[in-house]
Amino acid sequence: MSFSKLTRRGLMKTGAAASAGLTLPTYLRADGHSGFTNAPTGSTVTLGFNVPQSGPYADEGADELRAYELAVEHLNGGGDGGLMNTFSSKALQGNGILGKKVEYVTGDTQTKSDAARASAKSMIEKDGAVMITGGSSSGVAVAVQALCQEAGVIFMAGLTHSNDTTGKDKRANGFRHFFNSYMSGAALAPVLANAYGTDRKAYHLTADYNWGYTTEEAVRSSTEAMGWETVNAVKTPLTQTDFSAYIAPVLQSGADTLVLNHYGGNMVNSLTNAVQFGLRDKQVNGKDFQIVVPLYSRLMAKGAGANVKGIFGSTNWHWSLTDEGSKAFVKSFGTKYGFPPSQAAHTCYVQALLYADAVERAGSFNPCAVVEALEDFEFDGMGNGPTLYRGADHQCFKDVLVVKGKENPESEFDLLEIVEVTPVEQVTYDPDHPQMAGGSLGTCNPGA
Amino acid sequence: MLGLNKKDFGLLIIVAILTMAAPFILNPFPEGSAMAQFNAGYPDLMQRLVIFGIFAIGFNILFGLTGYLSFGHAAFLGVGSYAAIWMMKLLTMNVIPAIVVSIVIAGLFALLVGWISLRRSGIYFSILTLAFAQMSYALAYSVLTPITGGETGLQPKYTDPRILDGALEAGQSPRANLFGLDMRASSELVMGNWVFTFNAGYYIAAIVMLIAFYMSIRIFRSPFGMMLRAVKSNQQRMNYTGLNSKPYTLAAFVISGMYAGLAGGLLVAMDTQVGAERMFWTASGEVVLMTILGGAGTLIGPVLGAGLIKYMENIVSKINKGVLEQWFAFMPDGIEDLLVTMIYPFVGKGWHLTLGIIFMLVVIFLPGGLVEGGQRIGRLFGRKKPSDSSPDGSKTPAE
Repeated sequence: MSFSKLTRRGLMKTGAAASAGLTLPTYLRADGHSGFTNAPTGSTVTLGFNVPQSGPYADEGADELRAYELAVEHLNGGGDGGLMNTFSSKALQGNGILGKKVEYVTGDTQTKSDAARASAKSMIEKDGAVMITGGSSSGVAVAVQALCQEAGVIFMAGLTHSNDTTGKDKRANGFRHFFNSYMSGAALAPVLANAYGTDRKAYHLTADYNWGYTTEEAVRSSTEAMGWETVNAVKTPLTQTDFSAYIAPVLQSGADTLVLNHYGGNMVNSLTNAVQFGLRDKQVNGKDFQIVVPLYSRLMAKGAGANVKGIFGSTNWHWSLTDEGSKAFVKSFGTKYGFPPSQAAHTCYVQALLYADAVERAGSFNPCAVVEALEDFEFDGMGNGPTLYRGADHQCFKDVLVVKGKENPESEFDLLEIVEVTPVEQVTYDPDHPQMAGGSLGTCNPGA
Repeated sequence: MLGLNKKDFGLLIIVAILTMAAPFILNPFPEGSAMAQFNAGYPDLMQRLVIFGIFAIGFNILFGLTGYLSFGHAAFLGVGSYAAIWMMKLLTMNVIPAIVVSIVIAGLFALLVGWISLRRSGIYFSILTLAFAQMSYALAYSVLTPITGGETGLQPKYTDPRILDGALEAGQSPRANLFGLDMRASSELVMGNWVFTFNAGYYIAAIVMLIAFYMSIRIFRSPFGMMLRAVKSNQQRMNYTGLNSKPYTLAAFVISGMYAGLAGGLLVAMDTQVGAERMFWTASGEVVLMTILGGAGTLIGPVLGAGLIKYMENIVSKINKGVLEQWFAFMPDGIEDLLVTMIYPFVGKGWHLTLGIIFMLVVIFLPGGLVEGGQRIGRLFGRKKPSDSSPDGSKTPAE
């Protein structure tokens, strides 16, 4: 290191620069002077859309982002207004939220909790986001929800199906519109009993992580209550791509039904293997062999192709629903992007609107006011029929769709058909149900 | 001073100034301007920059000195993180026990892995470490779910026992602290349109990083470091002269594992959450990239490489189409669309692509990494003739 000699010219330059710096209005502040984190001060408000743009759920993330962009357009008064016209609450005027224009920042969760948290933190710390939403897996949702609780912003969960998100890992600042494993099990069991009888022997293949465990437990307890017997439950590694070794023992076990607690690429591969092994043509115990997939999505059905035909599963929403809300959403999404939305897009769009509406009704962006406005909020016209945001665990309670793979699809989007709409009473549970126990909401945190 | 020669001490001072002034250096653009997108001076990213700097410094002690390419270093980072979070769940939210235990546990795990893997060298060593890391990842992700929380990971909850801390009020989320100083506490300095954030957690991480950097200089300059370099240049000859190199390589492996554990512990101290992905092989690959990008075997290189990669991951990945359109809004429509279509694949979710291109360019044109780039620039503008080029790392930082 060398220090240059002090010259008269140099001294004057430095002096000038220093005095210019000092004339700037300067003050030191600790954060949190405005009562809650990232209180919007200008004429705009920033929302953070944190979705997987790379990794196994990138397709769903892309669809979620489309839905958010559509929601922002509608909130700011653009487009045809979408679900705002059918929504039972009329607080939203199409002039932004509380008169502030909605702006947004996006981030890539990479379907990793670390990356998701880093991305959410940068939205909160750098971009001043007052609400974070998105996510396409439960691990990420739980991680980001806890972060939002600590930082004092609202988290509106995207696609997350594990019981834990509003069960043992629930947080006061987090809300979930999507349904969960328990509801899937409760909705599926009666339909399965009707279709396949009450004396089935089930064999579970379960993805070896939290979502798999809660789904297996939910389906198992619901079907066993119907009289089914669970022969065996085998865990499969998440990274598995060839399931032949797991399918072969199924036939020897004496089971006549295979439950695939798999999601995404896992489900596509395991179902394809099972069909290739000819399981569905077999007769066991005098009955046709059947396969069940507890959580369906259109993108998965697309991946598995013809193999999904006639296979039962559950889903949160489907674009072929004919109520006013669903029709309005499919129309405005279709007009903008040219194809029907997925269930991930639907839940994300609805979450964005529900947040905006809660802020309008509360008259403040303060997370505690928003929490109060959302808790025990009843609404309709969002595509799922009458819905309750339960205050005890911040979970939405609404009808659940039981679907099956369509025998004669008319287009590449027309892969599932609705078998039954299970009414909400049948999928409602106590907040302290054993499958949900062990958590606590705590109190809402508005930040420093 | 401090047992360093003049040049090394100068380097340490420069790094100290850079880290202490980081809130200013990383926030050069005024708030609200179009360039504010490139500001990196917010607490979370600054913390990550120094923490991954520590991780890369530690990795460089193994890879840069002995030439042993470990492809499983993320396992030690992950083990350190899990150890730290368990200390926070069981003992106290104070970060000191968490960090100390994370170093110890990661060191012990490194001892085990190193003892087995170091029986082989070259590609076999890399594969063995990779196998261990993937095994740890798989265990953490599913088999050990009761201990690691599996997919959902672990976070401190107010219901945890925490025997040293008083009971929290129901519903309060526990916060990591250093004797009461909250890691998330920050104050902001507003100068005109500029906002600079000073975060308690960042400065603690930065001081730890300076200590880690100082220790790495001492290791580089010690007789022990010389032995490690001998392993790299010709291990066979070393063995023929009757020296047993195994204790040296094992020691280097364990030290570097402890650095990774320290980084893992600090990550938890700054952001109280652990997920198994932290141990995934891509995370191990990332630290290799950081070291090579910055300059393997140099003192400052790994820190620069870590900084560049984390900056790309957090800043470039957030530039979406809307932001691009805003930038080029002043241009005629056709040209705007063309520019947006041309640039879009390289930003946002395409940041990996940009990083890959930079990595290729660096490896092809600057085999010594960013440090070599800095030296070339320095030579170009330098007044005096370049001093003797020392291959061992006493290089000036790229500034």
